[in-house]
Amino acid sequence: MPKNITPLTVYRYLPKTNCGDCEQKTCMAFASALIDRKVVIEDCPPILEPRHGDDRRELEDMLRPPVREVRIGTEESGVLVGGEEVIRRHELTYYNRTAMAIEVSDELEPEKVSRRARSISEVEFERVGMVLKLDAIAVRCASGDPGRFAVAAESCMDAGMPMVLCALEPGEIGAALERVGQCRPLIYSASKENWEEMSALAVRYGCPLVVSADTLEDLASTVGKVRAKGVTDIVLDPGTYPYSGGLGKTIDNFTRARVAAIGEEQEVVGYPLLGIPAVVWMDEGESSTKALREAMLSSALMGRYADLLILKTMKPWAHLSVMTLRQNLYTDPRKPVAVEPGLHEYGSPDSSSPLLLTTNFALTFYTVESDLQSSNVTCYLLVVDTEGIGVQSSVAGGQLDPGKVADAIRENGVQDKIDHKILIVPGMAARLKGDIEDATGFEVIVGPRDSSSIPGFLDKKWEK
Amino acid sequence: MSLDLDRLLKSLEKLGEIEMEDVTIEADRLELRVSPSVARMAVARQAAREARALGEARFEFKPEDFTGQVAEVTIGATKADGGTRGSVVKLGGETAPAFYPVEDSMPNHPVVTFDVFDMSQPQFAQEQRKVYSKVWDSPSKWARYCEEELGAEMITIHLVSTDPLLQKIEGGAELYKTPEEGSEVVKEVLKATSLPIAVGGSGNPDNDPAVLEKAAEAAAGERVMLASATLSQDWKRVSQAAIDYGHNVLSWTDLDVNMQKSLNEKILDLGVPKDQIVIDPTSGALGYGIDYSFTTTERIRLAALKGDQSLQMPISLGVTNAWGAREAWKKKKEWGDRKYRGPIWEAVQALILTVAGADLCMMLHPRAVELYKEILSAIDSDEVEKKVDPRAWIVGI
Repeated sequence: MPKNITPLTVYRYLPKTNCGDCEQKTCMAFASALIDRKVVIEDCPPILEPRHGDDRRELEDMLRPPVREVRIGTEESGVLVGGEEVIRRHELTYYNRTAMAIEVSDELEPEKVSRRARSISEVEFERVGMVLKLDAIAVRCASGDPGRFAVAAESCMDAGMPMVLCALEPGEIGAALERVGQCRPLIYSASKENWEEMSALAVRYGCPLVVSADTLEDLASTVGKVRAKGVTDIVLDPGTYPYSGGLGKTIDNFTRARVAAIGEEQEVVGYPLLGIPAVVWMDEGESSTKALREAMLSSALMGRYADLLILKTMKPWAHLSVMTLRQNLYTDPRKPVAVEPGLHEYGSPDSSSPLLLTTNFALTFYTVESDLQSSNVTCYLLVVDTEGIGVQSSVAGGQLDPGKVADAIRENGVQDKIDHKILIVPGMAARLKGDIEDATGFEVIVGPRDSSSIPGFLDKKWEK
Repeated sequence: MSLDLDRLLKSLEKLGEIEMEDVTIEADRLELRVSPSVARMAVARQAAREARALGEARFEFKPEDFTGQVAEVTIGATKADGGTRGSVVKLGGETAPAFYPVEDSMPNHPVVTFDVFDMSQPQFAQEQRKVYSKVWDSPSKWARYCEEELGAEMITIHLVSTDPLLQKIEGGAELYKTPEEGSEVVKEVLKATSLPIAVGGSGNPDNDPAVLEKAAEAAAGERVMLASATLSQDWKRVSQAAIDYGHNVLSWTDLDVNMQKSLNEKILDLGVPKDQIVIDPTSGALGYGIDYSFTTTERIRLAALKGDQSLQMPISLGVTNAWGAREAWKKKKEWGDRKYRGPIWEAVQALILTVAGADLCMMLHPRAVELYKEILSAIDSDEVEKKVDPRAWIVGI
């Protein structure tokens, strides 16, 4: 969506009846919501009527993000990739976090394929109140046998995840689509040589299609051809080369494609970008070394605009590091860094419950809160205003001020809630123990350095 | 009036101009406002639709417009420059964002400086203890180990035992060092290693200026990096020490572009030349605020490249705090082997901050450094190591 679209511009293409069928009060309100991506064009029933066709097409083109949003999989269980509006996250926010697919080879026996597919769907980490999961299964035709590939693809279906069908020959893709076409898998991929047949399959089954090429110039020209055949959902694969002399070019191509798509509205490259860190597994060597390199390559590509990644590793530490990076980069930078200071209660604390202290840096607070809640700790948590700075830095920088701790105790009426005078401070604030005691008159106990140890710490140290 | 204004406007957008014949307009006031950009965009959209239908597509890349350049800072001085270092590192000099597709826009490769502490670090995570416990009783031994065994390009000696608050902790009084004693450690380390160095204080804002002044004096002529000048301490004394003894100064702020700008301006105003300043906008750990660091770093670098003189310095970030993240050290079966988990945590943090614009990473674990350097050198090099068909993985992994 070009940056200078205003609600007034959008309004001009709406029916202007203020009918309210979209559940917005007016067409103008709907126009604003459209720009903010809170609603979609289809939420306006009248504009779907044929007589508004021109207006609808105009709106679709106008509102389409410069990187198109592509859904892999079905309406119910698919994953959205792309849909980005900006090159750099501080310019607005990144929208659809980089989807992570894990490969499965059709050379495995069908029951092993389905077991691997299931374990991919079960990978799960909880971080700061969010559940991090993998997004798709990339089943690949390593056997060169279309029948075997089709069976493998079908064996993945039970896992219920979106699929990527990876094969060099259109015949192989065609065989698999006969079995799993209704799942709307992403087809990998159309090349300079086979684009015509791959496009036909994508159109026939209504599937999204990857276009692969070595250069962005070739990529653009193939995109043009498959679009003319009627393919609308496209993903770009500019090639992932992990080695010297190739990786620099890979990063260049990702950057060039994204800068051109958003900065210059070159819509021919305005599609999600696919990176394939799994290519490192073509090397000889120890599997953990390859998994480490794969995680590094994934991080580099995610930092340089990849919208979808195909990996091989099932090492939890590799998943956790890359998924955590993704969680961070796709956090909305517009959300405030600080939370409101104040006194929070967990469980049903009474006058003898422990009193803990933390800073009002949002991330610190949510980390502590999620640790307290996940272990059902009963306590009070005093959130002190440190200008939104975390424990370690605010101790060093003086924002965690003993005077402010005393103010917070008074202002929040802590003494009306508890009948003891003991305050547990984070381990990283140990240096301030004496100063806080002097300022507050409380006895200060230095707690653990990491809030995940709070439950164990209280079990051991808190008797009252 | 019977004129359909909406249709008129829409035609205008499509055509760019409109001619009216036999029209009588009777009105007190008629205002026609059409934004030329809106009309232009509508025309472009129509053209794009037609091109799509025909299958025509071309790609052309025009880099964004960057006019500024990051200053080049040298850390370390060899004999020829009045010091005793065997090598120097050069930071900065960029004319585009990191790894941007413009030739020669990144003249110096990103550098790692290994952390060395002036007292043993029993609180280190298991994986760090395995590497360093054998050398941590002596900072000079530790520094030499980094140079000889780990292939370090640079080291940072952190004078953590100069914190007077250490004396209040049980057993801490014997460990405490005065600023003078701290400067002796610096001399020892300079003797033990030929690498360029940075000198860090303890982080105690009241005491660090005195510690860094003494260290600057002890290292006169070696062009070290004094870490650091901050707004919460007497940054003037630290910066003045850099001027007096010919060192670089690290200007350190908390994740805030404007604070960074303001501290840099003060340091510049005091008379520290731009090519003797490195900036540290603070590194949040992976999983614990790295998003803020990524974006602050990226914004600082973009502002520099768009011409903001007060931000045109190389960026240094402390990556070692990756090990503060529980995911890096905590024993937990579901998270996998700690032997790999800690190093990848630190390596990913360094890499993503380098993508955002960091020139210097303060790091600790040798495996993390190795992973980080391996991928950077693969990105950096034009020499073709191996030619592979990018789709061969389908049958080849």
